[in-house]
Amino acid sequence: MARKATGENMDKEKDEVGYITAVSRPVKGCAGDTGEWRVFRPVKDAEKCNSCLLCWVYCPEASISKDDLEVDYQYCKGCGICAVECPTGAMTMVKEVKQ
Amino acid sequence: MVSFKDLPEEELFLAGSTACQGCPSSLALRLAFKALGKNTILLVVASCTSVLQGSYPLSAINLPLMNVAFATGGASASGVVAGLKALHKKGEIDEEPNVLVWAGDGGTYDIGIQSLSGAAERETDFIYVCYNNEMYSNTGTQRSGATPLGAWTTTTPGGKAQQRKDIAQIMIAHRIPYVATASLAYPLDFYQKMIKAKGIRGTKYIELMAPCPPGWKFPSSQMIEVSRMAVQCGMWLLYEHEEGETKFTGATKRMIEGKVKKKPVKQYLEIQGRFRQVLSSPEGQAAEDQLEEEVSESIRRLQGWVPEYI
Amino acid sequence: MRVLETGNHLIAHSANASAVEVVPAYPITPQTQIIEKIAELIAQGKMDAEYIPVESEHSACAALVSASLTGARAFSATSSHGLAYMHEMLHYAAGIRVPVVMANVNRALGPGWNIWCDHQDSISQRDTGWMQVYVASHQEAVDTVIQAFRITEDRSVLVPMMLNLDAFVLSHTYMDADVPTREEVAKYLPPYKPIWKLDPRMPVTHGSVVYPVDFSETRQSLQIGHQNARGVIKKAMAEFQDMFGRWHGDLVETYKLDDARFVIIAMGSIAAESRVAVDRLRSQGKEVGLLRVRFFRPFPNEELRELCAGREGLLVIDRDYSYGNQGALFTETKGAIYGKMDVPATNLIVGIGGRDVTHDLVEEMVTKAWAGELDEVTWGDSQVSSGHEVTREVLAEFGQLLDEC
Repeated sequence: MARKATGENMDKEKDEVGYITAVSRPVKGCAGDTGEWRVFRPVKDAEKCNSCLLCWVYCPEASISKDDLEVDYQYCKGCGICAVECPTGAMTMVKEVKQ
Repeated sequence: MVSFKDLPEEELFLAGSTACQGCPSSLALRLAFKALGKNTILLVVASCTSVLQGSYPLSAINLPLMNVAFATGGASASGVVAGLKALHKKGEIDEEPNVLVWAGDGGTYDIGIQSLSGAAERETDFIYVCYNNEMYSNTGTQRSGATPLGAWTTTTPGGKAQQRKDIAQIMIAHRIPYVATASLAYPLDFYQKMIKAKGIRGTKYIELMAPCPPGWKFPSSQMIEVSRMAVQCGMWLLYEHEEGETKFTGATKRMIEGKVKKKPVKQYLEIQGRFRQVLSSPEGQAAEDQLEEEVSESIRRLQGWVPEYI
Repeated sequence: MRVLETGNHLIAHSANASAVEVVPAYPITPQTQIIEKIAELIAQGKMDAEYIPVESEHSACAALVSASLTGARAFSATSSHGLAYMHEMLHYAAGIRVPVVMANVNRALGPGWNIWCDHQDSISQRDTGWMQVYVASHQEAVDTVIQAFRITEDRSVLVPMMLNLDAFVLSHTYMDADVPTREEVAKYLPPYKPIWKLDPRMPVTHGSVVYPVDFSETRQSLQIGHQNARGVIKKAMAEFQDMFGRWHGDLVETYKLDDARFVIIAMGSIAAESRVAVDRLRSQGKEVGLLRVRFFRPFPNEELRELCAGREGLLVIDRDYSYGNQGALFTETKGAIYGKMDVPATNLIVGIGGRDVTHDLVEEMVTKAWAGELDEVTWGDSQVSSGHEVTREVLAEFGQLLDEC
């Protein structure tokens, strides 16, 4: 979700309550598509995965889902923790290829 | 015995934040929110967390959040808790939400110590989490009262000449019902400590070691490994203190009991760029020895509270 | 309820009548009796508020703000160094738009340690974004606490309010006053219903990073709050008069001003004292009047322009000094009337550090000012003498030490 231009964010505040104070709303991707930060991307080998859930637990960006342990590449920043901590080597980091 | 399966799936920390890759604070927030749930009011003391949550008009945190001034973690909590009591008294809220203060070591050890101390002495009913990355991270890695001996920061370019404080011990001296330390390398230990804190009335202090990849100079992928090594060599001790007694927990417990051999501090120091300078200097060995002695002294002091060792 | 009480105790009683819900409290002379009386009332079961005995004034303001943001009506009291200590948080309170009320007992700032009255403390905070009102009597102190909540909590205002009363002159002297009951106040002051608050049913983030692209608007909105306050103040005062039968002025209060040729402009108890000077001068045939500034923020520019026009002179009394320039009330008054009229104005600095200001002195200074005998700024009761200076004799005493340096 892109940030709006000058003053537009405030107009909604003013209309809603008649005065302005900077109140922010929670939303996914508040910093944009942080997946674009990546240099390396985590890739899962489903055969090796034993669903230990460590990658899900350790992801600082909440970008791995608990039920299917799939990476959300829109937001994954490629920190590499999941690959280092994966006990079976199912998760590895590969160089990101920009489209 | 809780396992990873038992951790709630819901994410109250929303992906796509402004945090650095591998940020320990964002991971810790994720886990803390799973323990406390939606009925929580979060107070964020000026720190990296003030910035990693995103900027107006968007936020990465799906909880009512107040960004508070640097020195005011404890005092702001006291105000919120009093306000909630007032609302509860007049029937405007049914159940008082959890109140969680999230502060860095700067806002806890240094500028925030007064208001934390005051809130603890007032027995304010809240959880205070200090995520300790051993420096002022948000302003670009300056030294704090939590910075260990020998560590490089921008304001200790030759390596810090003084030892760090031990705030958890100071909080024990406040006679609050629960003090604990935690590490992200032992996430279930952290999670369980948060759950336990949630169920206790009074001031609860949890200090979490938060290795910062850019500040400590190591690759972001090593963040959990660095957390682990700190515990394995004793530079970070896992324990909890309640009802006048200290108990070591998890990997620290195994180490103290001799089930696992304590690793030397050297390996932990060598993996971090911030110690490279002191280690390669003439003072290197002396600094390493002093840090080993600090570990021994901390263990001795803690053992004074452990029933088996008294 | 008619009582014989000190100004401080009356403030506490009025806060109770205003159904205040949270009180962070820290002692400092000469305000301490406010928070002591509140503690006593709570302990006796006569007041139902959460009391937070904080460990510093900075924390007092922090707790005041966070309690208010939670949705509770919050009140505190401080003075002098305490007010200065919370300076950062005063900015914060205004910026986050919480309708809190704080009593400030005007006291000098040291060094040297001086517990007595002057206005330097509150004047030093004039740019923080808070509204400021200065009371001149015990009854006005009682009534203004109630009115303060009514004004700040108005949704078109939502600006914190500082209620100033003079140290010892008002805080510690006993006068009889009527303190309305909670039930009476409830008819005038509705319960506090915030829009934005800390509530798990409304997970929003307050006070995050705001980039330049949006920040300016938040501050302009704060100014709009002050502008809206003008009308809200007038309405609140008029309705208070209807309901309780008492009037202390709105943004200003005037005394024998209509046909006055010369005007005294002052704040606080000096203004009350000046009424006596006005009467004495009038009995000598001198048509003097008083313009008592009540609200310093929002500053009564319009009222000053209207009421100073056509006069022969103004004497502005400051119990403060903006070092490097002139008295604060003086410079702001000049600013209000600049370009609108050609009325000479002089500044009288008196009462600094609690020096007693008598109506005799005011009378004497008005006479001199009107006759054009005063400089633009006159320290009316101050005389720097050799005793205050580091003279050669004193240096000689330490001569040996200095030689060694």
